[in-house]
Amino acid sequence: MKNLISIIYGTLFGIVLTKAEVVSWFRIQNMFQFKEWHMYLIIGSAVVVGAISMQIVQRLKLKALSGEALRFQGKKFHKGFIIGGMLFGFGWAITGACPGPIFAQIGAGEFPALFTLAGALTGAFLYHSLKDKLPH
Amino acid sequence: MNWLYEPWNWYVAGPLIGLFVPLLLITTNKMLGLSSSFEHLCILILPQNRREMFKFNMQENGWKLSFMVGIGIGAFIVAQYMSPTPLHFLPEQYHTLQGYAKLFFGGILVGFGTRYANGCTSGHSIFGLSILQSSSLKATLAFFAGGLLYTFIATYL
Repeated sequence: MKNLISIIYGTLFGIVLTKAEVVSWFRIQNMFQFKEWHMYLIIGSAVVVGAISMQIVQRLKLKALSGEALRFQGKKFHKGFIIGGMLFGFGWAITGACPGPIFAQIGAGEFPALFTLAGALTGAFLYHSLKDKLPH
Repeated sequence: MNWLYEPWNWYVAGPLIGLFVPLLLITTNKMLGLSSSFEHLCILILPQNRREMFKFNMQENGWKLSFMVGIGIGAFIVAQYMSPTPLHFLPEQYHTLQGYAKLFFGGILVGFGTRYANGCTSGHSIFGLSILQSSSLKATLAFFAGGLLYTFIATYL
């Protein structure tokens, strides 16, 4: 049941990402070359709506549907946020896909993105193999 | 029904993406964030003795892989039923052997980088910024610094 809900939410999310073309290498190129504002406006308006929603959620002290208190927190900063973040930025510019859009590109029939996915799994494996030696 | 077939404007898509933050949190008590699904997939593929090092938290992050599969289904629906012409999200040069190698290399950076940074565009740039976290702001600035730097080098050097 929980998996079904995740798949349905994912499907809706995938439709929005794909219809807005944020899964397109061309849109990502245009963003990083400042040729159009499309991506910046999407991310910016998503954050504004997300932040306002979260203010409302917190002020009204809303609970989860299950009746539990909401569980959310920030992540503790370490050097990897900058080093890893920049490496991800390189990868985002090269592949035209952040993690979610990799699956969207494959679903939309851009099968070379399977190589992006294979690379991402390799990268996650490499990180966990090396993490004890990396600065955090 | 034209809106169904045309690309959606930022002021439609952006707010809808932002609404997933409270939607997920209130209905499932989960924080939006997708890159740990890579670890989930690794665990499914790797032999038992290599799984330990991931310390994957199934309770917290197990839903993400199903969500990712959903993203693929959503994109399939758009490509099949909500687009007047075939969708092209990757340039011609990526449909070659050299292109596959480049995507694989870029993919490594995406997988390594997001795990090292403990999050990606959804977890840091959408969720983290929505709950006003300075750590996520730093990560987001690093994502864009990397992307801009690479694009500058690739375009002008």
